[in-house]
Amino acid sequence: MRLKIITVILVLFFAFAQYWGLKIAPPDRMMGDIYRILFVHVPSAWNAMLLFTASFVFSLLYLISKKQKWDFWNEGVTEVGLVLTGLALALGSLWGRPTWGIWWTWDPRLTATAVLFILYAGVLLFRRFLEDPITRAKIGSILSLFVYINVPIVYLSVKWWRSLHQVQSSPQTMAPEMILPLRLNALAILGIALFFVYWRVQLARHRAAREEAESKPPGGSL
Amino acid sequence: MKKAMIGGGILIAGALGYALWGGLEENLVYFVTPTELLEKGDGAVGNPIRVGGVVDGGSVRVEGTQIHFILTDEKPSRIPVFTNTTPPQMFQEGIGVVVEGALQKDHRFYAERLMVKHGNEYRPPPEGKMPQQIYKQLISPSPSPRRGEVPAEGQRGEGKD
Repeated sequence: MRLKIITVILVLFFAFAQYWGLKIAPPDRMMGDIYRILFVHVPSAWNAMLLFTASFVFSLLYLISKKQKWDFWNEGVTEVGLVLTGLALALGSLWGRPTWGIWWTWDPRLTATAVLFILYAGVLLFRRFLEDPITRAKIGSILSLFVYINVPIVYLSVKWWRSLHQVQSSPQTMAPEMILPLRLNALAILGIALFFVYWRVQLARHRAAREEAESKPPGGSL
Repeated sequence: MKKAMIGGGILIAGALGYALWGGLEENLVYFVTPTELLEKGDGAVGNPIRVGGVVDGGSVRVEGTQIHFILTDEKPSRIPVFTNTTPPQMFQEGIGVVVEGALQKDHRFYAERLMVKHGNEYRPPPEGKMPQQIYKQLISPSPSPRRGEVPAEGQRGEGKD
């Protein structure tokens, strides 16, 4: 019951934030309505980086404490982060065609983000090859720590190198009536992302409990 | 297995370390500025390259299917560019662009590709103007819009990087 209420609230809040971004916020004077893609593109990218940072923390927690639950959380945030990275890439491409004139180019920001997607997809793929949950957690955590180094590279790529992608906007470069819906949407997408992470962790827990039950011979202890 | 893991780890760390602190900074230039291109002189002729700068005000000229304009940067370097491609909707004077192509023997730059570099500024249109109207003006300044046409003068963009 409580979960149902949370679900409804999250969905309604997301719809409200989207409505604000699509209807109430003014169009951009250069791009018109096309810029509204950023109300999902930017929150996706932000939250993906946030979730990958959480993955880094959960990996450390696992390696220090060896508690399996931290690995469940690591897997959860990595999977949802990967989906959000894919969303940011896809929406960025849709935005790029009308504004830049191209769907894709190998500029530093875009390349680094594509690499980010492949790295985390690789981590998840690699985890699937490891049958033993403890080995999986250990190697998975180590891999997560390694690939995390690309997250700051993605974030700073636009500052370090000349790229086609614009640098981060700030309250100085963005009108306040556009910043507000951007933040609302970031919050809404964060809420939905965390909701998915929570369910992913529950799933991992159930799966682990079942695997443990199956590995024991019927009739209890030997 | 363990050895392979450690070896792989060192390889990844090394590669990322190189990306972070190593020579990538030099190689990872997505485009050069007009000044940098002109510094190369005749050595730049014929070599495919990307150049990024600003479309100089009053320099856009349309001849048939060809667009001519001057690409410039903070320094007074000016490169005449011509292209046969359809420019993105936002292409206009005063806006940042990245052109992909090569310098010709006559030191004009032929762009096979023309990309608009949008800045990080997001502003609503000025007050009293209907957003839709402005949008239409921006993308199709003439009464009978045709693809490939370039905004007329007086439509100077304020988008700076």
